[in-house]
Amino acid sequence: MAEKTHSNNELLSHLFRVEYSKMTAVLCRHFGLNQIEIAEDIASETFLKASEVWVINGIPENPTAWLYTVAKNKTKDYLKRVKIIETKIKETIRTNDFLRTEVFIQSEQDFDFRQQTITDSQLAMIFAVCNPAISTESQICLALQILCGFSVEEIADAFLAKTETIKKRLLRARTKLRKDNFQINVLLETTIKSRIDTVLRTLYLLFNEGYFSKSNNNLIRKDLCSEAIRLALVLTENPLTNTPQTNALLALMCFQSSRFDARIKDTGETILFEQQDKNLWDKELIEKGNYYLVNACSVNEISKYHLEAAIAYWHTTPTNKKKWEHILKLYNDLILIEYSPMTALNRTFAFAKVYGNERAIKEAEKLNLNENNYYHSLLGYLYSTVDAEKAIAHYNKAISHTKSKTEKKTLMKEIERLNKKRNSS
Amino acid sequence: MKEFVLIFRNSDNPHFKPSPEQMQQVMTNWMNWMGSIAAQGKLADKGNQLSMTEAKTVKTNNVVTDGPYTEIKEFINGYTIVKTKTIDEAVELAKQCPILKIGGNVEVRAVVAADDNS
Repeated sequence: MAEKTHSNNELLSHLFRVEYSKMTAVLCRHFGLNQIEIAEDIASETFLKASEVWVINGIPENPTAWLYTVAKNKTKDYLKRVKIIETKIKETIRTNDFLRTEVFIQSEQDFDFRQQTITDSQLAMIFAVCNPAISTESQICLALQILCGFSVEEIADAFLAKTETIKKRLLRARTKLRKDNFQINVLLETTIKSRIDTVLRTLYLLFNEGYFSKSNNNLIRKDLCSEAIRLALVLTENPLTNTPQTNALLALMCFQSSRFDARIKDTGETILFEQQDKNLWDKELIEKGNYYLVNACSVNEISKYHLEAAIAYWHTTPTNKKKWEHILKLYNDLILIEYSPMTALNRTFAFAKVYGNERAIKEAEKLNLNENNYYHSLLGYLYSTVDAEKAIAHYNKAISHTKSKTEKKTLMKEIERLNKKRNSS
Repeated sequence: MKEFVLIFRNSDNPHFKPSPEQMQQVMTNWMNWMGSIAAQGKLADKGNQLSMTEAKTVKTNNVVTDGPYTEIKEFINGYTIVKTKTIDEAVELAKQCPILKIGGNVEVRAVVAADDNS
C-alpha cells in the first residue's frame, strides 16, 4: 500500500509539472492576466482533488482527461457564482469592471482545453511572463513558477537562494504582471515582435540555470533544461515565433543537453569536456540539434544564439584538426556581439587550444576578472603545464571565490595532483 | 571610461601581393586582436573597414577627385573605437594591432566629450 501511494505521488508530481502550467495558461486566457490567482486556484484545487480521490479510488484510466474535466467543472462553478453576484449588482451599478466580467462569462460557451487552445494559451503566457518591465532574474523565477509549475522550494534550490527571497521576488514580479494590461486572449503580432528578444533571452537563461546550476540536485537541473526546451518548442509551433533565432537557440539547447549525462558524475561533480565518455552523448539530441541549426541558417542572419549553437556543434564533433580554430573564430565573433565574462574566459580557453598555454596566459591576465572563480580556475589550468606553483595559487583563489561544493572538490583534486607531481619530480 | 578612436593607416604598396594563405592569416590575426579587446570589455564600437576602391574626395568649387591616393601616400583603411581609462591603456591595445606587422600604423585619438574642454 505504501508503495502504491509512493507511485501515486510520483505520477501526480509529474502530471502536476506538465499539466498545471498548461491548465493555468488556458484558464488565464479566459479570466485575463489580472485574475491569474483565480486561474491558479482552480488549477491547484483540481490537483488537490486528484490527490484525494486517486488515493481512494486509484488512478483513473486517463488521468489527464480526468484533470481537465474537473478543472472545467470547477471553472463553471466559479463562473456561476460570479454570475449570481453580478446579476444582483447589474440593476444598480454599471462599471467597467462589470463589463469585463460579462466578457468572460460569455466566453463560457467556447471554454475548452483543446490542443490548439492549450498551445496558443501557453505561447501567450510565455510572452506575458517575459515582460521587459520585470527584471530578468524575476522573469526566470516567474517562468519557473507559472510556466513550468515549479514550487517555491524548488526554485530556491535551483538558485541556491532562501525561500523567503524567492517568495518576495515572485510577489513583486506578480504585481507588475497583473498591472501590465497584457492581452493574453489575443497575442498580437506587434507584441510578439517587440518581446521576442526578451522571450528568447529568458529561455536561454532558464536553460543555463539548469545546465550550469549551482544546485546539487541533478533532477531539478535536468528539469530546468527540459522545461526550457519544451517552451522553446512551443515557439516553433507558431509561424510568427518560429524565427531563425528561435531555431538557433533550440539547436544550442539540444547540443548542450546531449552531453548532460556525460558531464556529471553520480556524485554531482562536473566532468571536464576532455574526460567525458563520448559514448554517453545523446546522439538523438545531436541529430535534433543539427536539424534546428540547419533551420536557423535558412536566412543570412547571425545572432549570438547562432554562434553559440555553432560552438556547441563543434564540441559534438569528433576531433577535427581545425576544430579549435573554428571555435576560437566563433568566440571572437560572439564577444563582438555581446561581452560577458564567461565568453571572455571561454574564448581564452579556445585561444590556448590553438596557440598554446603560454600565449593564452598573457591573454588571460589582461581580462582583469580577479573576483571571478572561473577566471582563477582557467589560470590554474593554463599554468598547470607551465608553473605548478602559480597554478596551485590560482586554484586556491578559485576555491575561495566559489560557493559550489562540487567545484571545490574538483579543484582540490587538481591541487592534489599538482602537488604529487611536484613532489615526485 | 573614455572613448578613443583607433585609426588604421596603411600605405599603398603595389608590390604587396599576399597569397590567399597570407590573407587568411591577416584576417585571423585581426579577428583575434579584436576579440582580445572585446574580451577585456574594452571595445566600444567595432567600427568599420573603409573601401580603397570606392573612394572620392570632394573639394571646394565642386572639384571631385578619385580617392585620397593622389595627395597622400598613406590612406585610412578603417577605424575601431575602444573604451579605456587612459590614453596609455588605449595605446597598449593599439600596440598589438596586426596592421603594424604589414607596414601600417595606428593613430589613437580621444573622442571629445560635450563637457570636455581639454
